[in-house]
Amino acid sequence: MRNPYLPLPMKLVKNFTETDDKLIHTFTLEFLSEADEASFKYTPGQFAELCVFGKGEAPFGIASSPTEPGHLKFSVAKVGVVSTALHLMEEGTIVGVRGPLGNSFPIEDFKGKNLVIIGGGFAFTTLRALTAYILNPANRGDFGKLTVIYGARTPGLLLYKEELAEWEKRDDIELVCTIDRPAEGWNGRVGFVPAVTKEVAPSADNAYAVICGPPVMIKFTMPELEALGFPPERIIMSLENRMKCGIGMCGRCNVGNKYVCKDGPVFTRAELNQLPNEY
Amino acid sequence: MIINKNELAGFLDRLRAGYQVYAPVKEKDYTVFKEIGSGEEATLDYCNSKIPPKGILFPQTEKLFSYSCGPDGARVEEHIDDRKKVIFGLRPCDAKSLVLLDNVFNNDKYQDPYYLTRRENTTLIGLGCNHPAQTCFCTSLGGGPFDTAGLDALLVDTGDKYVVEVLSDKGKALFSGLALPAAGDAERTAAAAVKEAATVDCLVNLNGLKEKLDVNFYDPIWDGLHEKCLGCAACTYTCPTCHCFDIVDDAVDADGCRVRNWDACMFPIFTLHGSGHNPRPTGKERFRQRVMHKFKYFVDNFNAMACVGCGRCIKNCPVNLDIRNVLAEIQGSEARSDK
Repeated sequence: MRNPYLPLPMKLVKNFTETDDKLIHTFTLEFLSEADEASFKYTPGQFAELCVFGKGEAPFGIASSPTEPGHLKFSVAKVGVVSTALHLMEEGTIVGVRGPLGNSFPIEDFKGKNLVIIGGGFAFTTLRALTAYILNPANRGDFGKLTVIYGARTPGLLLYKEELAEWEKRDDIELVCTIDRPAEGWNGRVGFVPAVTKEVAPSADNAYAVICGPPVMIKFTMPELEALGFPPERIIMSLENRMKCGIGMCGRCNVGNKYVCKDGPVFTRAELNQLPNEY
Repeated sequence: MIINKNELAGFLDRLRAGYQVYAPVKEKDYTVFKEIGSGEEATLDYCNSKIPPKGILFPQTEKLFSYSCGPDGARVEEHIDDRKKVIFGLRPCDAKSLVLLDNVFNNDKYQDPYYLTRRENTTLIGLGCNHPAQTCFCTSLGGGPFDTAGLDALLVDTGDKYVVEVLSDKGKALFSGLALPAAGDAERTAAAAVKEAATVDCLVNLNGLKEKLDVNFYDPIWDGLHEKCLGCAACTYTCPTCHCFDIVDDAVDADGCRVRNWDACMFPIFTLHGSGHNPRPTGKERFRQRVMHKFKYFVDNFNAMACVGCGRCIKNCPVNLDIRNVLAEIQGSEARSDK
């Protein structure tokens, strides 16, 4: 019987300060052997339990894409005991990873469809994984038009800035970055994500929308997506609830009869409409 | 087979040669299940244990693995308990609770090796209930004072002896080498008479309850049902089907172990996010979660209610919040589905 509680040791090779408020770091972890890497097959949208030996473990979405072999990436806000220990960790330290856990974005359903990816703040991690997956030359042909709308309060709070700049130059992705208020040195769009979504007005024809962000952003973007004609079955969301086991047993992340860890974290809006609002 | 009561201690000592034997033991003014070091310690003269025997398979606190982490890697050593065990003299309701817990620890995607290994290596010898308590309502949930669900053997107390009914291969294996005297017609008749005489007076109407819970999540009835509840979690602590747990590290620097402990949905921090947001912020949501989980969500997922009618939550609630009354109130309400 495989023991789903045991972590896989990995080496922290990069501890990168992602945002100018220093509260989000991106960790790059390297597998210690090819066998370990082969045992960790994942799909964008999945998460893993990151463990700091001596402190504990906590669940984080996987920000890297399976098209980027050899390592895993996680972008983590400094909030509690484990995330704080991670932020202070020296490169070269061994950490534990348990996963991949949960379902994933419905990549198979996305094939042949246009995609509208909408993210806010530091909820862009698994959306980054999805975007990188689609932009991979081996996969790009499987998907239609790709629109990414990404907002943050200030330019310094956008994640993956270098990568965003590269995406900006490509013609196989329409990237729209926005910040809440005008800022010095920012030549891009200014405005909240719901309003920008309305302006950009991506077509709902043959398209899926994938949306992750703070609750207030989701709340006000939903009516815009509805107005654009996206049915609840083609709006994809990802939930976060407090978790421990990650395998549907410890009983704390449930929303109605579903466990966010085992049955999610990715749900369609249609599915969430059937569940109580405990998230 | 029969076990004469005056030979019970000797019988348990013989079992101890091949098994860790857990039996009801008197402690202060209550009874608990403990591993016995001598057959004399066990008592079968009890109504039910204060804490259910589920903790033998799913301990209140348990080390999952030890680790020591250095610059080159981490050494991880798992602690799986595969010793042969017997739980002797447990009540049929508690045996049934383990059948329900099997669903949780062996779900559609994952297996919990700690629980499942113990479960596989544990033989369950039940003791039928001649005198069910006032708080018992097992028959309402499909059980009964002599129900055999989950059991490998059942003992029937006929006065000066126990009549043994072997129910499974595990039970057969346990009794095969022990050369107990066979039960005669008189003993079998006596056992049948005892079973006939035992009655559970309390009936809880569960017909249609699930259908009500399917639609009443936003019903105002929840505003009142929880009001008396202190959120102390005595109900979940003594419940044989509650299984929520926490996972924490116990370590000095990077050497230590990962431990899991029982936890409870009645506590506010159970669901508290790092951001400060709490999906179940007040007693109302937490109380509703407990009822919904037992009588709706578990039914959705495993086609059975996560309650065996043992009555412990009723006996141990400090404010007499009786689940039977709660269910009756829900049954008597017009379930409303509007948000």
